[in-house]
Amino acid sequence: MTALAPALHDSATMLRRNLRHMVRYPSLTLMLVGMPVVFLLLFVYVFGATLGAGIGGGRGAYVDYVTPGIILMTMAGAATGTAVSVSMDMVEGIVARFRTMAISRASVLTGHVVGSVLQTLLSMAVVVGVALAVGFRPNAGPLEWLAVLGVLALFVFALTWLAVALGLAAKSVETASNTPMPLMLLPFLGSGFVPTESMPAGLRWFAEYQPFTPVIETLRGLLFGTPIGNHAAIAVGWAVAIALGSYLWARRLYDRDPSR
Amino acid sequence: MSNPPTAPAPAVAATGLRKSYGSHTVLDGVDLRVAAGTIFALLGPNGAGKTTIVKILTTLIGADGGDVTVAGHDLAREPDAVRAAIGVTGQYSAVDKFLTGAENLILMADLHRLGKAEGRRRAADLLERFDLTDAAGKPAATYSGGMLRRLDLAMTLVGDPRVIFLDEPTTGLDPRSRRTMWQIIRELVAGGVTIFLTTQYLEEADELADRIALLDHGRLIAEGTAEELKRLVPGGHVQLRFADPDGLAAALDALGTGSLDDDALTLRVPSDGGVRSLRGLLARLDDRSIEVAALSVHLPDLDDVFLTLTGRPGDDPKDPR
Ligand SMILES: Nc1ncnc2c1ncn2[C@@H]1O[C@H](COP(=O)(O)OP(=O)(O)OP(=O)(O)O)[C@@H](O)[C@H]1O
Ligand SMILES: [Mg+2]
Repeated sequence: MTALAPALHDSATMLRRNLRHMVRYPSLTLMLVGMPVVFLLLFVYVFGATLGAGIGGGRGAYVDYVTPGIILMTMAGAATGTAVSVSMDMVEGIVARFRTMAISRASVLTGHVVGSVLQTLLSMAVVVGVALAVGFRPNAGPLEWLAVLGVLALFVFALTWLAVALGLAAKSVETASNTPMPLMLLPFLGSGFVPTESMPAGLRWFAEYQPFTPVIETLRGLLFGTPIGNHAAIAVGWAVAIALGSYLWARRLYDRDPSR
Repeated sequence: MSNPPTAPAPAVAATGLRKSYGSHTVLDGVDLRVAAGTIFALLGPNGAGKTTIVKILTTLIGADGGDVTVAGHDLAREPDAVRAAIGVTGQYSAVDKFLTGAENLILMADLHRLGKAEGRRRAADLLERFDLTDAAGKPAATYSGGMLRRLDLAMTLVGDPRVIFLDEPTTGLDPRSRRTMWQIIRELVAGGVTIFLTTQYLEEADELADRIALLDHGRLIAEGTAEELKRLVPGGHVQLRFADPDGLAAALDALGTGSLDDDALTLRVPSDGGVRSLRGLLARLDDRSIEVAALSVHLPDLDDVFLTLTGRPGDDPKDPR
């Protein structure tokens, strides 16, 4: 056995625990899917014709335009859910018990992360399904779809570690449900719903440099063949930086002495 | 080691344990020594620092000072070796409420890497032993307080710990459940494990523990067997009962001290309850050929001990939470 094997074993055990929670109490997962679906329908059927005209098409063109933004919105919503469930879990006595056991310390966190990543990917799949039903028509081949999955998985992984850290940092569950809120706004303050060129200068600068925009642009490129440029590299860079920083932060928060 | 080779290593040894929260000193130099295979009770009122000690000894929080070894391992240097040897049932329930009783036990078995078949077997055994078989498939959130407490302890036992910490194991249990818990604790010790328990109930410490330490405001104020502690305080007496009022009067005359109860024909004589003083007492009655119908020795109980040592009763009313 390598030194890694026990850690993997414990993480798998913790993952089973988290998946069981999700299956037994599906309301959180349903909410994570429901909210972006409502936004998708709202933006397609209420604002779609007008906004579509703004990008030189109609409602159909706008479905194609907005779906990547809605996918990232799903991700941001799921991050809130993760932060809340981590912060709720930490006050449960069972986590105190885990801390007195000779198990891999990170396993409690990796169980949450892997569970949430799977949950988020599943939610996103449902959202994409609904988008396809209302007229989303990408022209991507299997390879491009695989790349889409890869980019999304990487970014979900990064945001989930961030959410875990925010959940650990929060002193209460309310705080944990509020601190990831700004993530929900990022698709709006980027190229998710309208092109950044239509924004005033300061906002436009922010929109172009924030991490969600390169991800959205990479998705558009893979799904519709629009130019990707250096967006993909920047998106991966953001993901790696967020994942690493958040992982280290989360580990530190989890390892701190709860009495100090 | 300075220990003579015959002395077995203690299961828990702590010296000079200190802990404060800000300027509030919670533990002020506590020394503890628990022999392997015994029950040790840490007795103290609300806020005395019992949970703080348990949390430190079980690696949950760090102390500000002091040396601790648990199961032969230094707490600061080898926390994982300590964790591998101990089992903890904290004051507040440490079960996963979303999982069923059986799933909670299997979770523990998986974390102890018992393997699937052995884990299931162990879970089934423990459910049976703790009378939880009927509730095994129900989420722990639906369990009563007593069932949660039993599940909690069952989870602690999955890994066969050598040293078990129980923080107020019977608080909130009804008298019958409390007796059941006591029985379980006795069986565990009979199996060779060491038990470190905390309690606010003087009766419980008296009933279970080989040695008792009294904790008050973060300091140990007394330590010893229940008998030793009771002997620390005055208040013990011998009660003598006589067949007739003449015997009663003669006895009072012979002993020169004591309080009479004419209706019950009893005489209460102050005594430390020791054999020597009893023998002396009986000899003086014998000298005058006074027949004693019945004799009973009343040692002070631990309530008296607490009252004497701290100047206030042991069981303060529970904090409102
Ligand atoms: N995290 C904390 N921050 C500040 N003070 C604390 C903290 N935890 C405990 N204390 C204080 O330490 C003291 C001892 O607490 P502890 O929980 O060890 O008492 P206890 O003997 O277990 O009491 P109880 O019988 O009520 O469980 C109390 O005065 C408590 O207010
Ligand atoms: Mg306590």
